[in-house]
Amino acid sequence: MNWLNHLPVLPIAIPLLAGALILLFQEQRRAIRIGIALVSTLLQLALAFAMLVLTTDAAPHFWSEGIGTYAIGGWPAPFGIVLVVDRLSALMLALNGVLALAVVVHSIARWDREGVYYHPLLQFLLLGLNGAFLTGDLFNLFVFFEILLAASYALLLHGGGAQRTKAALHFVIVNLVGAFAFLIGVAMLYSVLGTLNMADIAVRWGALADADRTVAATGAAILGVAFLIKAGSWPLNFWLPGAYAAASAPVAAAFAIATKVGVYAVLRLWSVMQTPAASFGEGWLFLLALATMLFGTLGILAARQLSRLIAFTVVLSSGTLLAAAGLGTPTMIAPALFYLVGSVMASGAFFMLAGMTERMRTTPTATSDPLQPWPTYNAFSVGEPPAPDAEVGIAIPAAMAFLGINFICCVLLVTGLPPLPGFIAKMALVAAAIDAPASVGVSPWRAWTLVIVLLLGGLVGLIALARAGMRLFWSVTDRNTPRLRVVEAAPLAFLILASLALSAAAGPAMAYFQDTAADLNSPDAYVRAVLGTQTQVNP
Amino acid sequence: MEAIIALAIGILTACGVWLLLRPRTFQVVIGLSLLSYAVNLFIFSTGRLRVDQPPIVGDAAVNAAQLADPVPQSLVLTAIVIGFATTALLLVVMIAVRGTTGTDHVDGQENEP
Repeated sequence: MNWLNHLPVLPIAIPLLAGALILLFQEQRRAIRIGIALVSTLLQLALAFAMLVLTTDAAPHFWSEGIGTYAIGGWPAPFGIVLVVDRLSALMLALNGVLALAVVVHSIARWDREGVYYHPLLQFLLLGLNGAFLTGDLFNLFVFFEILLAASYALLLHGGGAQRTKAALHFVIVNLVGAFAFLIGVAMLYSVLGTLNMADIAVRWGALADADRTVAATGAAILGVAFLIKAGSWPLNFWLPGAYAAASAPVAAAFAIATKVGVYAVLRLWSVMQTPAASFGEGWLFLLALATMLFGTLGILAARQLSRLIAFTVVLSSGTLLAAAGLGTPTMIAPALFYLVGSVMASGAFFMLAGMTERMRTTPTATSDPLQPWPTYNAFSVGEPPAPDAEVGIAIPAAMAFLGINFICCVLLVTGLPPLPGFIAKMALVAAAIDAPASVGVSPWRAWTLVIVLLLGGLVGLIALARAGMRLFWSVTDRNTPRLRVVEAAPLAFLILASLALSAAAGPAMAYFQDTAADLNSPDAYVRAVLGTQTQVNP
Repeated sequence: MEAIIALAIGILTACGVWLLLRPRTFQVVIGLSLLSYAVNLFIFSTGRLRVDQPPIVGDAAVNAAQLADPVPQSLVLTAIVIGFATTALLLVVMIAVRGTTGTDHVDGQENEP
């Protein structure tokens, strides 16, 4: 028995065990808790990058066709639940690992003492995210969605305060309704397809009878509603800006990838439910995505609070990704994935930055209450809260210059200006959209509308962020220069540098994304890896 | 049988959606519970509704088409557990909102008259 065979299950097992282990230690023993969380996150990152390498052609002999499968409990697909590592899964896992490391380190400075059970909850959030990216079963996807949502409900409440609890209430209710939509969609699909295994769905989708196809398409549409709620697509995203703006800085940064789970699920659905006759989503997905982009753009202009503004850039990036998927051409997928990676790191860094700039204010706002013992310490009877030691730790010099430079980098990233990956991604998206009418027969109206909205979103984002930057750094007279500690500043710099690295390695990265897009477009290899060699996707 | 189940699901869903749109948190949580019953019944019914059939297959050869599909039944169990847990979590958040804002309105403030 080769231990490497168990590789795909480790990104789920490690945070589960680590989260449970942290619970055994009291809140006061911070060093041990942080140590376990850090080791677990580092391990996940290392595993994710190992899988990223294994899915490429660099190791063709290890997994056949670069797709690893793991049958949980040893039951073969489609009867048991399988975990599947293909390029898209490995990519999302690696992205999640990078962001998670930054979030864990950033929260050591201050946020993990603002309430109880921060580190275990964060590990459970990672468990849900990793599981959602790995699973090859639709109902299992629901279970991992609920795990990540349950953790995110508690994390959103982390730090307390009226604004957070209010936002959390809306967040929980909306996501519960989304869960019901998910269940109805899954049940309808199962009733006609007789399977929940994604590879098996791909096989049976093409062979559906016409009467069944209507039910299946309806089920897929209802399932899509659940994913679009999670992805923050208009008109299902009114919960998003409030929730993300109210969340504490590292939690909001961790949520930056949670919306992309919805996008991931839409991409997966698109991959396994392709019909030659009809375009995916019948054009509706594209229109919804355009509306999302416009909503995000208007929100960016209207937002008066920096964290709210960033929340709207998350909406804009979700809209861009959905529009790229909804245009219905495989050529858009590779640039969209590039955009996804860049935008997740950018929003993660930006939320952390916003949390730090909050401390420049001399008058605290609702979300930036200075350390107040939050009643959960009494409610959970875990003893006295650890003493705040805001002045301990190594501060970095030139804090304002650091914040300013990082602000500029974040702005360049989210608006898509050179030399950061946002620009490369946006340029590739525009190029693919302009080519689309000629090469794959997309309506030129759609392609050009996308190009215009994309560029408009960038311009408006630049205007609004420049305004916010001037207000933040130049026009304030009575501000504090915050003391920034290395542990909170380093993750921010790490994310910015990681995106710079992505920009420098744009060639190989784009090649990987193109392979990913090709895999998604023809799920034959995926099906062969999961179900065995004899099965084929029906044309 | 089908008509009764369909009616039950429909009425539960309608009541659930109506309650969900009400402004009080108590109404919302009852609405969500009703919706979850509707969803659970719906999943259960996708495994085919059969009466007067043995629940456990014996040694004798049986016609599988006459039996209900057990997979939706197991799905429903998972869905019930998860729905139960998240509703409990929602109740905690509601108590927190009631405590911090002093009102049971879902927006945390009363509407202006």
